[in-house]
Amino acid sequence: MQNWLPLFVMAPLGMAFINLILTKFLKNISAYLALITVFFLCGLSFRFIGHEPFHYAIGSWLPPLGITLVWDPLSQLLILIVSIITLAVTLFAIPYMQQYTAQSKFYSLYLLMIAGMNGVILTGDFFNLFVFLEIASIASYALVAFGVEAEELEASFKYLVLGGVSSTIILLGIALLYSATGTLNMADMAITLHQGVSKNLLFFIFALFLMGFGLKSAMVPFHAWLPDAHPSAPAPISAMLSGLIIKALGIYCVARIFFMVLGIVPVIQTILMVLGGLSMVVGVFLAVGQWDFKRLLAYHSISQMGYVMVGIGLATPLGLLGAIFHLLNHAVFKSLLFLCSGAFEYTTGTRQLKQLGGLLKKMPWTGASCSVAALSISGVPPFNGFWSKLIIILALFQAQYYFLAVVTVIVSFMTLISFIKVQKYALFGTLPKRLESIREVPVLMISGMFILALLCIGIGLFYPFYGQLILESARDLLINASHYTLYAIP
Amino acid sequence: MEGMTFIVKTITRLLIAVIFSFGIYITVYGHLTPGGGFAGGIMLACGLILLTLAFGKKTALGKLSDFWASLLDNLGAFTFWSIAMLGYVGGYFFFNFLEKSDPFQIFSSGTVLVNNLAIAIKVFASIFAVFLALTIFGRFVSGLISTEDEE
Repeated sequence: MQNWLPLFVMAPLGMAFINLILTKFLKNISAYLALITVFFLCGLSFRFIGHEPFHYAIGSWLPPLGITLVWDPLSQLLILIVSIITLAVTLFAIPYMQQYTAQSKFYSLYLLMIAGMNGVILTGDFFNLFVFLEIASIASYALVAFGVEAEELEASFKYLVLGGVSSTIILLGIALLYSATGTLNMADMAITLHQGVSKNLLFFIFALFLMGFGLKSAMVPFHAWLPDAHPSAPAPISAMLSGLIIKALGIYCVARIFFMVLGIVPVIQTILMVLGGLSMVVGVFLAVGQWDFKRLLAYHSISQMGYVMVGIGLATPLGLLGAIFHLLNHAVFKSLLFLCSGAFEYTTGTRQLKQLGGLLKKMPWTGASCSVAALSISGVPPFNGFWSKLIIILALFQAQYYFLAVVTVIVSFMTLISFIKVQKYALFGTLPKRLESIREVPVLMISGMFILALLCIGIGLFYPFYGQLILESARDLLINASHYTLYAIP
Repeated sequence: MEGMTFIVKTITRLLIAVIFSFGIYITVYGHLTPGGGFAGGIMLACGLILLTLAFGKKTALGKLSDFWASLLDNLGAFTFWSIAMLGYVGGYFFFNFLEKSDPFQIFSSGTVLVNNLAIAIKVFASIFAVFLALTIFGRFVSGLISTEDEE
């Protein structure tokens, strides 16, 4: 079973190029090649659930010299999220992308993005992490610009510049770490750092990574690119960017590096919580006033990532569980919301909330999915968002951060307000005359949204059946971060 | 007359073989001397770009059309991936499964030489394709601007 691990990276990476070669001779097969790949990845990730932590030495070069891939509960969680969301998004993308030309290029970039994310999640080598980070980032820059209209190109350029800055800063951090420890293997680095290293250097590295990964995960004040980049992309890519990229490239890296390699310290915890709190508040206040559906969702991504960051910064068992749970939930409901916005745009041709209305009657499946996702993100019981927000708020009260807890409740309330607005203007109300002839979207698009809507309901209700295996194991690993060195290096 | 002056064309004609052979040399000896697939591929692409500049687009596209550039680009990447996959079948992902002989010999490194060749093809084709895209796209945009001016 352990030998199958590289396929998480290899299958999408290889298929990206095979796809481009084959579509030169056979038209219209790229969507199905992508679908086969994501089905395979989904099956593979389910096969790996509950597997013991282990490392895989690439090219039989043993660590710390060689590159390793590491499977542990934290990567298990992220790989599962990526596999399930990409499956739903690919199902949605097949009819949706018919509107665009150059589909083979779209699916190749899409597969490269998946390969990059899986690589970042699995790798146990610092420089390798940077390489996969760049693969995923560069693919996403190109995908944001996929519509090649002026607005999309501008958003992509902004994203490219800020993403490039963050990558450079991360690379500088990695270089400094390498100079301090003389190794690039994360586990080996953790052992060396544990033996003692200059405190000033360590804090400088913390600062660099905080900025670099903060930019990738769009923490306030590094959030400027997100509200432009996420809405400009085609809807499936918006769902991937908001649902997966900012988590795999941002939050996951922060959790992995700060907890397992550098070792979290109270000052950094406080900074993470302050940044998280700021993101929550700023994101939601900017979101409430938006009338562009996708832009509103993009601002909510900033706000919801703030919740996760607060939970991670808290670093108590309950706080970490809440953060990880909210990470999973946000991936599901935010992808679903972006897919719904794509479905509305597909049928009505607009995403301005003021020009929509009464869509629930005309598009019952999409409307119902959108309602489920909106209730989830606003934290209405029994949907999944409620449980994770509840856990984070309880954890804040337990750790006696009363002010932040109250802020979190208020932000949750503001989220509810802004999604009531969405429901009122898009789903209910009167149907404009212009939209009387619209029909429900194709079955494949519905099936993609339906999977995610079921998950929104199921994740919260069936926690006792999977919680221990998937979430609490990842939480336990983050608490006992030094265990990473036991299995990641021989 | 397409392309540049007689002087440039003659110099290019003299140099092009040298540039190409040096590119191939850098690629093939990549595991023994400084260089490798990327550097070699860039040199090969620069040779073709020089050809384009000196003799015009038609001559260069006759040597390597945009279709073939794109196909070679993907084939290079695919070859690299396939070598890693062959190693995977042989036990480990990226496993060096070929026989390794004495150091400092050309066939001393197993799969590294083949990998370098794959990278060289990939870089050569993709850099040339980027150049083509920029020149063709540039002409397309300037065409748009000039028609707007006329209107």
